[in-house]
Amino acid sequence: MKTSAALNGTTIKKENKLLKNKPLIGLIIFGVIVSILNPRFLSTANLLNILRQTSINAIIAAGMTFVILTGGIDLSVGSILAICGAVSASMLAGGVNGYIVLIVTIILGTILGAVSGSFISYGKLQAFITTLVAMTLLRGATLVFTDGKPISMGFGENAELFDIIGGGYLFGIPVPIYIMIAVFAVCNYVLKNTKFGRYVFAVGGNEEATKLSGINVEKLKVKVYAISGGLAALAGIIITSRLGSAQPTAGTGYELDAIAAVVLGGTSLSGGIGSISGTITGALIIGVLGNALNLLDVSSYYQMMIKALVILAAVLIDRKTHK
Amino acid sequence: MEKILEISGIIKDFPGVRALDGAKLNVYQGKVMALLGENGAGKSTMMKIMTGIYKRDAGIIKHNGKEVEFNGPKESQDAGISIIHQELNLIDHLSIAENIFLGRELTKNFRIDWNLMFNEADIILKKLNLKYSSKELVGKLSIGEKQMIEIAKALSQNAKIIVMDEPTDALTDTETESLFNVIKELVAENKSIVYISHRLKEIFEICDYATIMRDGKFIDEAVVADITEDHIIEKMVGRKLKDQFPRIDTELGDVSLRVKDLSGEVTKDINFSLQKGEILGIAGLMGAGRTELAKTIYGCFKKTSGQIYIDGKKVDINSPQEALKNKIAYVSEDRKGDGLLLGLSVKENMSLSSLLKFESRYKKIDEKKEKIEVKEFISKFNIKTPTMDQLIKNLSGGNQQKVAIAKALMTNPKILILDEPTRGVDVGAKKEIYDLINEFKHQGMSIIIISSEMPEILGLSDRIMVMYDKTITGIFRREEATQEKIMKCAIGVMKEEIDEN
Repeated sequence: MKTSAALNGTTIKKENKLLKNKPLIGLIIFGVIVSILNPRFLSTANLLNILRQTSINAIIAAGMTFVILTGGIDLSVGSILAICGAVSASMLAGGVNGYIVLIVTIILGTILGAVSGSFISYGKLQAFITTLVAMTLLRGATLVFTDGKPISMGFGENAELFDIIGGGYLFGIPVPIYIMIAVFAVCNYVLKNTKFGRYVFAVGGNEEATKLSGINVEKLKVKVYAISGGLAALAGIIITSRLGSAQPTAGTGYELDAIAAVVLGGTSLSGGIGSISGTITGALIIGVLGNALNLLDVSSYYQMMIKALVILAAVLIDRKTHK
Repeated sequence: MEKILEISGIIKDFPGVRALDGAKLNVYQGKVMALLGENGAGKSTMMKIMTGIYKRDAGIIKHNGKEVEFNGPKESQDAGISIIHQELNLIDHLSIAENIFLGRELTKNFRIDWNLMFNEADIILKKLNLKYSSKELVGKLSIGEKQMIEIAKALSQNAKIIVMDEPTDALTDTETESLFNVIKELVAENKSIVYISHRLKEIFEICDYATIMRDGKFIDEAVVADITEDHIIEKMVGRKLKDQFPRIDTELGDVSLRVKDLSGEVTKDINFSLQKGEILGIAGLMGAGRTELAKTIYGCFKKTSGQIYIDGKKVDINSPQEALKNKIAYVSEDRKGDGLLLGLSVKENMSLSSLLKFESRYKKIDEKKEKIEVKEFISKFNIKTPTMDQLIKNLSGGNQQKVAIAKALMTNPKILILDEPTRGVDVGAKKEIYDLINEFKHQGMSIIIISSEMPEILGLSDRIMVMYDKTITGIFRREEATQEKIMKCAIGVMKEEIDEN
């Protein structure tokens, strides 16, 4: 969204746009290399597979983008995903209507996020520690709630909607991909075209100045964590419905994948700079990387190391161009 | 006269602009050289070339008669050139000694030799007449004292040439005086000073020579004793300036703001009122509580007792958003701190407080409408920016200030509080800001101006209110106000009967 320089004229602006798309260029180059090494990469089935696998991380990362743009961080998303998944599965097993489960679960995630946000805003706690507490607390709560065992969502009529959410197809494309696209379209609109979006960037840029401009920064931060929590809950629903059950350890470590996607997409961890389109690219890079390494038969131990190095390289390149 | 440093023919290009175009500066042994120019004239770029932070595209730097090349500030420091930046680079929670020797800690056997470091630091502090022990934390010091620590740092590096960039911008009068004493002592020790300041009065007080720049070009070098203030201003702006303060008289309207018995965290017993079309100047020394009063009215600080009335109606303002709703706007004294968002564009800064009025269907910001209004302000305020999407940090101080004022104006305020509206603003832009303020007055706006510049306060205000120790010590009509009376109230030796209510 905002790269520095741009001293004047349109030529520099164009250059900036190119630089801005660096993650995308990287993704394309990477895709070309992988497809040469293994032509199967480019098959429709594989590409859809990547997108479906990416959708979970991408949806969480979309919420994370809001949080990071304000200069915060949300470590609790993985645990919110788990507890929301567990609650939704047990509600379905208990015979509650699928639509109601969907709405209640998302509201639950939103509230959990808002609670963290309130401690951060009004309790003046650091985001890192607050969401770390929430992460641990909610993971524990999930284990208590599930008694450490998976909860099946059952096969009743009320679970049908959930079957579609996680495993359904529309025009041959998995439903989670539609959900992901919808989430990104809405988030992009909100960030780019609304007052709220401007304020998110402003808070990350300079909180004091934003306050003095007559903006209720406290309320805004609560909202941002609420969005992150709500989207984590949505991701939890997709995972639960895909597996047909909720795992007590679901979502472990997902917060880091989400943060990686956001940062890979060029959003600054100190806030104020970034974009939602960058985040989806970042999530895709992580998705494509995992898929490609699988196709190339790289052992999962090495995969982790390679993933880490790719993230490091990407962030280094980004730093150079942002400076 | 021996030239210790001779810089000439400097050219420096940035994408799209030539920042320096044949710039020249001589630094004489044991003399103070003033470097003058409007904001954007190229002074900072010149400093960065001189200290090796930027590479020049053309030109020569001679140090002690030998041509030199500095690759980075380390090398220029080694050659004895130190720069004290406008924004101080000190770490509050470290001790004075640690700050002075930061990155050059004195060691013995791979361990920091604390005794030696504290002793060395104490010696330098003593030389600068600072009463503090070097074990004190820097965070405890006032801005003026911090400035001294920066000078101490330069001295500890054995600097021969010290560059001071707007050193008195945030200093009180007494602090300025002790800074000048230190400068005089340094000069007596044959050190050379490059002194950058907007305050022309100081140039005549402390400088021997003056170099004037304009638009990146060298304009003039003169012996200060031979020139006048008008001469400098003329060379700086390239035109004759008269009537710095074209005061206009407007008929005052009803009382728009009345503050009654206001006390709070940072203010006590404040009583005053403000009419439509009136400019109320608030004078006082740094720390008198002027900004705090403004921010209390604006809802940033809690009030414990008292009332505020707007157009005769009691209002309860507890946050800036409530202040803006009540048509009070505040322009901060600290553009970089809490006034502007440096990472955002001119447009985004200007409309930030007024986005609500551009909201259309589906909460979408009507960018067309927004751009039209921003454009209007850019042309009305004569803001110099290539486009409205330019990042605000790339604008000069004067233009940034105009954006800050435009941002406040966009909220359609009835009461406008301007806190140091011309701080760090060059002479030309100052005049433009004064004209704008007068125009607002003409439109019937009620204006409060907080300023540390006496001529500005006297030149613009209908009434002048003086503060000392969080409260009001005098309110004068401009006919009866004199610098002496104001200063007496500002230092607390006189308390004028206040005929408000």
